[in-house]
Amino acid sequence: MVDTKVNLSGLELTNPIIPASGTFGYGYEFAELYDINILGSFSFKGTTKEPRFGNDTPRIAECTEGMINSVGLQNPGIDKVISEELPKLRKCFNKPVVANISGFSIDEYAYCCERIDKEDGVGLIEVNVSCPNVHNGGMSFGTDPKCAAEVTKAVKAVTTKPVYIKLSPNVTDIASIAKACEEAGADGISLINTLMGMRIDLKTGKPVIANKAGGFSGRAIFPVAVRMVYQVYEAVNIPIIGMGGVSTAEDVIELMLAGASAVQVGAENLINPYASKDIVEDLPRVMKKYNITSLKDIIGGAH
Amino acid sequence: MKQAVYEITENIRIAKDIYKMILAGDTSDITKPGQFINIQLEGRYLRRPISVCDYDENTITIIYKVVGGGTEDMSLMLPGTKLDILIGLGNGFDTSKCAGDALLIGGGVGVPPMYNLAKTLISEGKSVSVILGFNTSEDVFYSEEFQALGAKVYVATADGSVGTKGFVTDVMKNLTYSYFFTCGPEPMFKAIEKLASTSGQYSFEERMGCGFGACMGCSCKTKYGNKRICKDGPVLEREEIIW
Repeated sequence: MVDTKVNLSGLELTNPIIPASGTFGYGYEFAELYDINILGSFSFKGTTKEPRFGNDTPRIAECTEGMINSVGLQNPGIDKVISEELPKLRKCFNKPVVANISGFSIDEYAYCCERIDKEDGVGLIEVNVSCPNVHNGGMSFGTDPKCAAEVTKAVKAVTTKPVYIKLSPNVTDIASIAKACEEAGADGISLINTLMGMRIDLKTGKPVIANKAGGFSGRAIFPVAVRMVYQVYEAVNIPIIGMGGVSTAEDVIELMLAGASAVQVGAENLINPYASKDIVEDLPRVMKKYNITSLKDIIGGAH
Repeated sequence: MKQAVYEITENIRIAKDIYKMILAGDTSDITKPGQFINIQLEGRYLRRPISVCDYDENTITIIYKVVGGGTEDMSLMLPGTKLDILIGLGNGFDTSKCAGDALLIGGGVGVPPMYNLAKTLISEGKSVSVILGFNTSEDVFYSEEFQALGAKVYVATADGSVGTKGFVTDVMKNLTYSYFFTCGPEPMFKAIEKLASTSGQYSFEERMGCGFGACMGCSCKTKYGNKRICKDGPVLEREEIIW
């Protein structure tokens, strides 16, 4: 028997697989396809204080081994998430969920995190300071160590559950930002969010996406994720949730060797709705192949 | 919705850049006309959403236009090729809203989903008139197939090479109907919206990420709130659409 259990700041997961925010809705679309309780957890759709429609369409562009999205944090707002989405989610998922929160000011981040912290089904709060698709918010907090630290401090002051800060890869020095979050009290770091990208349609000569640029994700970005998780692991002593282009159980092992304590699966869920399930089920086979008896033992093993 | 592997049994050109593909496999998750399937292609990251033209217990017929690399790859596939496909996607047309004289309007690659819809309406004992709109004679397909179902068929071509010269609305203005269904390009929708005198349903197209409601890539605003074209659509009722 192999041991797939991992631990995120006291939150025990039966396996490290967590579908990433924005690729899994609030869970129930996937619960129609398989029992999502086999997952370690999942990170729900990025939630903001006010309801948001998001950006104009087209919001999606295809790339080689990846895609660009510019959804722009479409979500029903924190009130409806608590009153409608969470009760629906609880009917199909009985494990603690990762609550992904976004904001446009420090006050908004604190407000939403304080509200979601009180919800029973929430195991961990993932604070997205790295959305590339909204102006005057999101990523601007995550590209400056001081801003990232301020958001962290404000959220930590009003919450009791573990707070993980989700970082952008669109920075010069990811380690310094992760370190600033750790010093400000973050319980962990999530990375990477999408890379900024653009496609231009040769027929029209204009960008494919209405918002022009968007977040590039999918298998193509996996090496960037491995490198950044590796760098952040060297810089901080708090757990890391690694993500970016994960599509196989082998990728999970690789990202854990780089330093991840748990791993999120993102865009892959969109092209194969069973991707997260397939990875969970394949993980024991791959562990045996590489003589891994306990996943906890390999975290940061590449260092 | 269901994911399964389907085998191509036929893949032929039926008009300029237009191909008909027949896929063999379990179709039990298709519940309504107007739904679509999402096809995985080797070397292409995103699946290709294509409307269902017709289906029976063991086969799905799709008609697609070569518009880019993915559909070009499809056009070259030989019978026997196996494809990973998600089926039973989208809400489809609600034929219960149409009591009697149905008018179906398809423009270009909006024609295929009208076929199973016509079949369904006729099997429900409703009379069906179909307007098929194309640019020119070499684009025209399926008018005889619609006739064989027992539908009254009108063809409009922009250059007048077949049928009425002009747009689908040039035919529509002279017809009587009690309900309409349409699929096609947005300029055609806008012209229909100006002219239509009854309730109806529009099937929309949008660039999709997943095709099953997870990514929010194809959202639109309606009078009843935000909807996802892939999951809450592609069919929207006339009354809810914000133009």
